[in-house]
Amino acid sequence: MRMRRPLRLLFLLLGGAALLLLPQFLPVYFTHLLILTLVYGLAAMSLDLLLGYTGLTSFGHAAYFGTAAYTMGVAIVRLHVRPLPAMGVGVLGAAVLAALFGLLAIRATAVYFLIITLALGMGMWGLAYRWVSVTGGDNGLPGILPVDLGFGWPLRDAVALYYFILTACAVAAFLLYRLTVSPFGLALRGIRESEGRMRMLGFNTWLHKYVAFVVAGGTAGLAGTLYAAYNGFVSPTDLHITGSAEQVLVVILGGSGTLFGSMIGAGLVVFLRNLISAYTQRWLLILGIVFIATVMYAPEGVLGKALALAGRRFSGRLVPAAPARREDVLGELGVDAREEGA
Amino acid sequence: MTRRLAVLAVAGAVLVTGVGITAPAASQARPIRIGFIVPTTGVFAANGRDMVNGFTLFWEQRNFTVAGRRVEIIVEDDVGAPANTLTKARKLVEQDRVDMLVGPLTANSGLALRDFVHEAKVPTLFPIVSADDITQRRRTPYIVRVGWTSSQPNQPFGEWITKNTSYRRVATIGYDFAFGHENVGGFQRTFEESGGRIVQKLWPPIGAPDYGPYLAQLRRDIDAVYAIFSGADALRFLSQYQEFGLKARLPLIGGGTLTDEHILPQMGNEALDIVTPLHYSAALSTSENRAFASAYAKKYTRSPSYYSENSYTGARFVYEALVALRGAVENREAFLAALRRVEISDAPRGPVTLDAFANPVQNIYIRKVERRGGLLQNTVVFTYRGVSQFWKYDPEEFLKQPVYSRDFPPMKP
Repeated sequence: MRMRRPLRLLFLLLGGAALLLLPQFLPVYFTHLLILTLVYGLAAMSLDLLLGYTGLTSFGHAAYFGTAAYTMGVAIVRLHVRPLPAMGVGVLGAAVLAALFGLLAIRATAVYFLIITLALGMGMWGLAYRWVSVTGGDNGLPGILPVDLGFGWPLRDAVALYYFILTACAVAAFLLYRLTVSPFGLALRGIRESEGRMRMLGFNTWLHKYVAFVVAGGTAGLAGTLYAAYNGFVSPTDLHITGSAEQVLVVILGGSGTLFGSMIGAGLVVFLRNLISAYTQRWLLILGIVFIATVMYAPEGVLGKALALAGRRFSGRLVPAAPARREDVLGELGVDAREEGA
Repeated sequence: MTRRLAVLAVAGAVLVTGVGITAPAASQARPIRIGFIVPTTGVFAANGRDMVNGFTLFWEQRNFTVAGRRVEIIVEDDVGAPANTLTKARKLVEQDRVDMLVGPLTANSGLALRDFVHEAKVPTLFPIVSADDITQRRRTPYIVRVGWTSSQPNQPFGEWITKNTSYRRVATIGYDFAFGHENVGGFQRTFEESGGRIVQKLWPPIGAPDYGPYLAQLRRDIDAVYAIFSGADALRFLSQYQEFGLKARLPLIGGGTLTDEHILPQMGNEALDIVTPLHYSAALSTSENRAFASAYAKKYTRSPSYYSENSYTGARFVYEALVALRGAVENREAFLAALRRVEISDAPRGPVTLDAFANPVQNIYIRKVERRGGLLQNTVVFTYRGVSQFWKYDPEEFLKQPVYSRDFPPMKP
């Protein structure tokens, strides 16, 4: 979906300004929800690089998120590393893990890729759960110190921490965006559309996918360390399969292949979950309905749909429809649309 | 004209000062807000519901008022996951400005919440979370526990078994996380100190779909099996224990949640004769418990579990502390001190006081599952009175040893 450049810039500026100013107007609790949105949004963005751009449905993405959080936590709690370097160690840990798992997973395609990533992800969950002397097991790892930027000002206050996380996410998102519009990113899209053709054109598709996999793992790791710095606590539930599945849903909800849609998807999930659940126990039902409605009526995701509608209005003509169709979304979920229809 | 203005001004001044005078009184009458974090959805929804029921039942009986102030309870769902517990706690503290927190259910949520309330200095009541260290090695002035430590009922139980049965060689099978480790550890320590021997420990994961592989590993040369599970896991374990033909030849004992009332109604003959220790049984024949159980059954059409009783008595602790302070919940230090001073002689579970570590000193009941009038119940066969989390040990000595874990106490070779 090509949108006219000024329009996209306007969207971006509005979104950025909102993110900058919101904590000044909203109660502190909403700042907490915004932090969660940014953290989960960044993790989902990194998954979108695989799912939306490369066509690889990773079902174990929480593993990198959680591994980074744990690596950072263990470095701080057990090895007494300072928080900021520990964050670096965490991100590196996730990238190394992705580099190892990538060797195993990238050879597989479609549903086999999904199964392998799922199994590897569950393996990391098992490790966090059973390696009690290091991870604290099911009890989790408490006592992760807040980030200290070096001048004796630990980021304990929610608003200050928010701006720190916002900065980190903005930089990471910008780099991811540059990556997706670079020749490398275009090659990834080519692989998504037809890997065989790309190979025939002389692209080393394995290497392309591998690099995307490692970059996605490292970025998810960055989100994980931000999360650990924010919560001060990690537990095995953070790298459980439900976390991985939720990331996939966030990407689809926001619009796979739109990158920034993941932020919107994460915001929807975080705010729906925490605001509705104050009023009704049936909040899961509502969340479920939102997901189903999205897949049925806006398979291009919330942002995809919004961009398509806005593009139509502003340019006064129909923008060529987004490539996402219902079949694609179901395909990403590993469901064969034809079978399902039969 | 000027006179009218002057009158207006005077009226305005009176109004302003009037408001100024009544404002403190009005804030005094502001409702007391209690944030209640439990899973109301997900795997632990049933246990969470018992907690909410017990807590609200108490306040209904007091018309949601204490010392002339209304009490508001805000229930938030954490799905039993630590990350959600933290988000909800932040919401309750920073958005709803609650005066205190109550909850959660799972041990890992409790440990995550511990650091948060310690830092935010929010008075918090733990009615259920039983992780030993919350009131031992990682205690904080801001948490008062009215439930139990996982090892608390098991320490007297180990001794009771050697005194009253012929079981000397026992295998244990239990949850492979802190709750299981601490139940088994407490039992092992006193059982071995009084002459018994743990010869085998098996640790299935939570939610294991099939206990067959574990049951097949049980050694042949044992006198009994000690098991600790809860919820659907307990149901599945007990029915498989029977299907494997073990029930007829190997007596089963275990931790209190194995036959707790939150699942007992769904069990059949496979639960009969299991002996477990806990600080509560719905079958206690005291008049206080009968009154509580019948009020509970009338309102919710099921018998109370220990989750219900602990939350009910937890509400009573809050109530008594606030009565002593005439409702002044705002002074957190005073409120926490008052909470710790509460002594209840007639809780449904029996007398409850708090030790210096803010954990209850209470009766431990050795219970045996029996069928009475067609329904299963935990009949109390023996009562240990006034048991503390440290049992007969000196607290200082006790705290020098590590917390009970997978490998502590170690197996004897």
